[in-house]
Amino acid sequence: MLITMPRQKRLRRMVNPPQFAGFHPVGGGSEQQPVLIPYEEYEAIRLCDYDLLGQAEASVIMGVSRPTFTRIYESARRNVAEAFVLCRPIVFEGGKVYFDSDWFHCSDCRCWFNHPLKAEAVAECPLCGGSKVEVCDVIPIDKEEEQVSYEYCYCEKCGFEKPHRHGQPCRNEICPTCGVQMRRKGS
Amino acid sequence: MKVAITSSGNSLDSKLDQRFGRCSFFVIYDIESKGFEVIPNPARDAQEGAGPAAVQLVASKGVSKIVSGEFGVKIKPILDSLQIQLIVLKDSEKTINDVIEMLNH
Repeated sequence: MLITMPRQKRLRRMVNPPQFAGFHPVGGGSEQQPVLIPYEEYEAIRLCDYDLLGQAEASVIMGVSRPTFTRIYESARRNVAEAFVLCRPIVFEGGKVYFDSDWFHCSDCRCWFNHPLKAEAVAECPLCGGSKVEVCDVIPIDKEEEQVSYEYCYCEKCGFEKPHRHGQPCRNEICPTCGVQMRRKGS
Repeated sequence: MKVAITSSGNSLDSKLDQRFGRCSFFVIYDIESKGFEVIPNPARDAQEGAGPAAVQLVASKGVSKIVSGEFGVKIKPILDSLQIQLIVLKDSEKTINDVIEMLNH
């Protein structure tokens, strides 16, 4: 009998991991089996329920597809609900994640850089020495001058349009004006 | 302090290579001594794992920063743990000399 394994999970990008290990219920329940919440589920709750981002935006930050993000988020909510109702402690553990340090952008030389020596503050750009640096969570990963086609991605909500990039599905694009998922024009 | 710059050619007039793992050459520039070294990238033709192999190469040269156009997702955690700073410069027209000039601010 041939048993095949499911495909390897793509690593989820963790920007802000929790600084603590979990939660204990007050007034009982601590001796129960803890609910294990993987790091990506914590991050999903942080992005959607605390930062109040849409799931499409959050999936881009995490570096996964929108349906994958939804699955992670739903699982997170289910785990939290189980801990609440059954009075079980929560422990943050595991998950297929990689930890990303903060990214910064320099407006002088237009470069992006990270900051592995987290203890020191970021004062100037490591490339040009300029002081116009700011935190930025996501680097645009595609150049605008890629294959030009005469197709467009458009936003149903506000009508914003942009040229469609070959190989990048319109449904993976986010409208820069209103933050909703875009679609192929004419679809 | 040493900086690795991905290069499409083996001279200082060559353009910045927009990829890290599969770039043609690395220019290792020493900010203090202003000296530099050009090394070809053996990981360029590797089928898999070009990024991590390139990281080993530049780490062995003792660099603390890397300048390139783009970095793959596999190498970010490795470079984080090695405490090597990544600098992304998405400009395919910049030459190695331009980058060195910026570094000498």
